[in-house]
Order: sequence, then structure tokens, then C-alpha cells
Amino acid sequence: MTEHQKDRFATGVIYFLVGIVVILLAGILGNILINGLPHLSWHFLTSESSDFQAGGGVRDQLFNSVYLLILTTIISLPIALGAAIYLSEYARDNWITHLIRSTIEILSSLPSIVVGLFGYLLFVVQFGFGFSILSGALALTFFNLPILTSNIEESLKGVSATQREAGLALGLSNWKTIRGIVVPAALPGIITGVVLSGGRIFGEAATLIYTAGQSGSLVDYHNWNPLSPTSFLNVMRPAETLAVHIWKVNTEGIISDATAVSAATGALLVLVVIIFNLSARYFGNKLYQKLTAAK
Amino acid sequence: MENLSPAFITTFEASERALTTEHLDVLYGGTIQKLFDTSLQFKRNSITALIGASGSGKSTFLRSLNRMNDTVATVNGKIMFHGLNVNQANINVYELRKSIGMVFQKPNPFPKSIYDNITYALRADGEKNQQKLATIVEESLRAAALWDEVKDKLNQSALALSGGQQQRLCIARALALRPEIILLDEPASALDPVSTSKLEDTLKQLREKYTMVMVTHNMQQAARISDYTAFFHLGHAIEYDTTTNIFTNPQGAITEAYIQGSFG
Repeated sequence: MTEHQKDRFATGVIYFLVGIVVILLAGILGNILINGLPHLSWHFLTSESSDFQAGGGVRDQLFNSVYLLILTTIISLPIALGAAIYLSEYARDNWITHLIRSTIEILSSLPSIVVGLFGYLLFVVQFGFGFSILSGALALTFFNLPILTSNIEESLKGVSATQREAGLALGLSNWKTIRGIVVPAALPGIITGVVLSGGRIFGEAATLIYTAGQSGSLVDYHNWNPLSPTSFLNVMRPAETLAVHIWKVNTEGIISDATAVSAATGALLVLVVIIFNLSARYFGNKLYQKLTAAK
Repeated sequence: MENLSPAFITTFEASERALTTEHLDVLYGGTIQKLFDTSLQFKRNSITALIGASGSGKSTFLRSLNRMNDTVATVNGKIMFHGLNVNQANINVYELRKSIGMVFQKPNPFPKSIYDNITYALRADGEKNQQKLATIVEESLRAAALWDEVKDKLNQSALALSGGQQQRLCIARALALRPEIILLDEPASALDPVSTSKLEDTLKQLREKYTMVMVTHNMQQAARISDYTAFFHLGHAIEYDTTTNIFTNPQGAITEAYIQGSFG
């Protein structure tokens, strides 16, 4: 083979491989949407799920998924941001930081079912939080922290050292340089990290089965008192999410339209993730533009 | 072994000195010495060029002057500023760096608007008066000869400026803190000839109000704009004199060899 032919051959192989990836992903996405979208209806979105009869919806599961995502992000983002700032800006290169980094790597590959059982023992049983949104959010924080921390660390490290020098040379303290210059400059990367972890949280089932529970309680969407047991904002109530719902109707469910419900829920899950992704990027970009005057 | 002892080091009257180093040593990792026993005096309202080959210690020396080497190296010796040794642990380096500003090799504006680039450090310092901030922005940009080019787009990103404009913005940013001394670490090395010449004009104008110490690889540049020149070799300050003397009548054999382009 001539050099030219070799080059064409290698290019062809690469196109073929990327083609496989695209076809697989488009196939999965298309399959979920084609099977699910016809069953999606306003009724499906706004009515309670049914235990026995056909025709139930996913109103509570949808809300629970979003609520858990928000709570988990509120808990894990500040922790991850702090840890990432430490690792990227303060940590010296010694065995302690190596240990921290290895721990984070190991934790990020921990099977979610293990996180779930750990959360069950610690939050549900030991702390007595029961099957609740709080237990779920804390377990998801465990699940989420390692990846979020390393994503944010990477984006902070991506900010050029000359930016830090510039801040220090202007008489700014380390902290003011980090807060006012490094973190804003790393914002697009940080937002990507939050978006990615958000997608993982939405899709997570195994962790939640053992912590947030599989049953929905009676929820009153007009009760805005978070301390009331029937309030939709109450974090101590058990809460089934969309992903857990899919798992449940397919394993334990006895409703006759289980296939349709799980297909529609799957499509809904995909749509919500896409909407979350796009809107997080939109608002993130707005914030970045405001902070950096970038167009 | 080359003779690394100083050939000639000029001195100034105490009243003319803006900054003085006494027996400055810089060590990396506690053992690798990059700068040896350097005692130089910098004259007020003048431009001093630091020249020498790569690894001669001139940048190391410059970065020690505003304590930018604190985290990476050990700096022994005295740095006298207003009669005070500022190379001591109890000195507030943040305040020191406001008096001794620095401009770097590569333009490093913040990813913020032109206006915010200049005001960020002031606001972080607690200045809230918008009128005052606006005045400082205009003064600083005028002093850096950038005002006319950017006055209509102060709220646009600084990253949209050309490299030369960015570097002059970095100078304006340092000027906004009203420093006495400006350290410049090869400020024109990343710029094209036209931008370089504009930058040099700006620096020459700033000499009226500020004392500048500039590391440069470009000997023509040192000859064009500096009043005094210090030649560094292998971590030693070999010769320090008026720029004219250094370039026309150097005392040291190594200085002469370097000026003539025999090495470096």
C-alpha cells in the first residue's frame, strides 16, 4: 500500500468507528422517543401513578426527580466546589493529596447499588431519616461528589497560571484572585460538570431504591409548608423518581399498561434531561457573559 | 571558570533611590541557587533594563522584587523600599504589590470587560465610589496611551483587544493602583514590531511619574528606551551602568562578549 492509500484506509476505519457510535446512540434515542412519545400526554404528566389499574401518570415521579436533583445539587455543589478549589489551588503535591485524589477516583467508580446500600444503612437506618427525599439526596451527593469534584477541579486547572499571577501582582489575596478571577473564568467548565452530574442524578435508580424509597406518599401541591407531612416540599417523605418508577413497573408492577407507562416515562426522562441540559447551558452562558463581558 | 565577580556596579545618592537590593540570593528547592549576592540600586523616574542570556537570573531577580517568588523560592537578603526591608515575613505583600506593580511577558488581561479589568482590584479593595472609579479608569487608560482606542468600548471584553492593546491595558491596570515602581518582565516579547514601538513610547512617557525595571531579551529595546542597564550572567549581576556606557564601553569581558552577540 502506498502512503496515500494507508491514509485513506485509516481515515475510512475512523469514519466507520464513529459511524457505529452515532448509529447506536441515535438508535437508542430514537427507539426511546418513538416508543415513548405516543404515550406521553397531558393526562400522563398531571395525574398520579396507579398501582393496579391502567391509565396512571407520573406527576409525582416527575416532581420528585426534579426536586431531588435540585436538593442534591444544592448540597453537593458547594462541597464539590470547595474541594475542587482546594485540590486545584491550595493542595501541595504530597502523599496526602495523592491519597485524596485516589480516594476520589475510587469513589467515582463505586457501583451505585453499593452507594444505595451504604446510604440505606447510614441515613435511613442509623440516622433514622427513613426512606425519604433527604436520605436520597444525601446518598446521591455521595454518588455525585467524586465526579463533580474532579470535573470542577479540571476546569479550574484549565485557567491559565498567568491569570493567577495577574491577580497576585495587583495585590489581590489568593482567595480574592480565586473568587473573582479563577472561578468566573472556569464557569463554563463548572456548568458542564453540573450538567453532566445532573444527567446522572436524573437517571439514577439503584441508589434511590434503597434511600428515597419506591412508594409515593400522598402529596398535596397546594401545601407550601415544608414541615407538613403532606407537603410536596417535605424532605422527609418517601419519593419515587422517574427512573425508579421505570424499574418498578417493569419488575414489581402489576398494572396492565406497564410497557406503555415505562416507555412513556423513559421518553419523558430523556426529554427532561435534554431540557435541563439546554437550560443550564443557557443560564450558565448568561451568567458567564455577565461576569466576563464576553459576547 | 569565568570571572563572575562584578565588573562595575553603579550607585546613586540615597535620595535618588526608589528601590535597593542588598545581597539578594534566590534558591529554588532550598539548594539550587539561581541568584547570587545581588546588590543593585534603582534610580527614581528612570527605566532600568535587565539584560542577559536565558537562565542568567534576571527574571528571577525581577520577580523577587515584589515577592512573586515567595511561593516557589527562598529569597535571602534585603529589598529596601522607603527605608524598609520589604523582604521580611511580617510585610503585607498585598500592600507591597500595590506599590510595586508588575506587567508580564504575555498579556494577561482578565476575561472581563476593559472597565472591570482596571477596577476589579480597586473594588476588591473596597472602593465603591463609581465616579472615582470612572476617573481612575480614564486616567489609567490615558497614561497607558490606550484611552483613545477603547473609550467607546469600555464594557466590551478585554480579550477582544489586540495583543499590544492588551499589554497596554495590563499596564493601565497596574497604574490604577497608583504604584511607584513598575516591574516589566519582557513586556514586548509577545508583540509585533508596531505594537512594540507603541508600547515603548508609552513606557518612555511613564518615566516622568514612575520608576521602571524591565527585563528584556531585546538589546535594541534596552538601548532604545532604558536609562540604565544591568547585565546578568549565570545568576550574577556582572555590570550595571548607564545604558550608553554598557553598550559603548563595557568594563567586563563577559558583558562585552554578550553585547557583541558572542553568546546568549
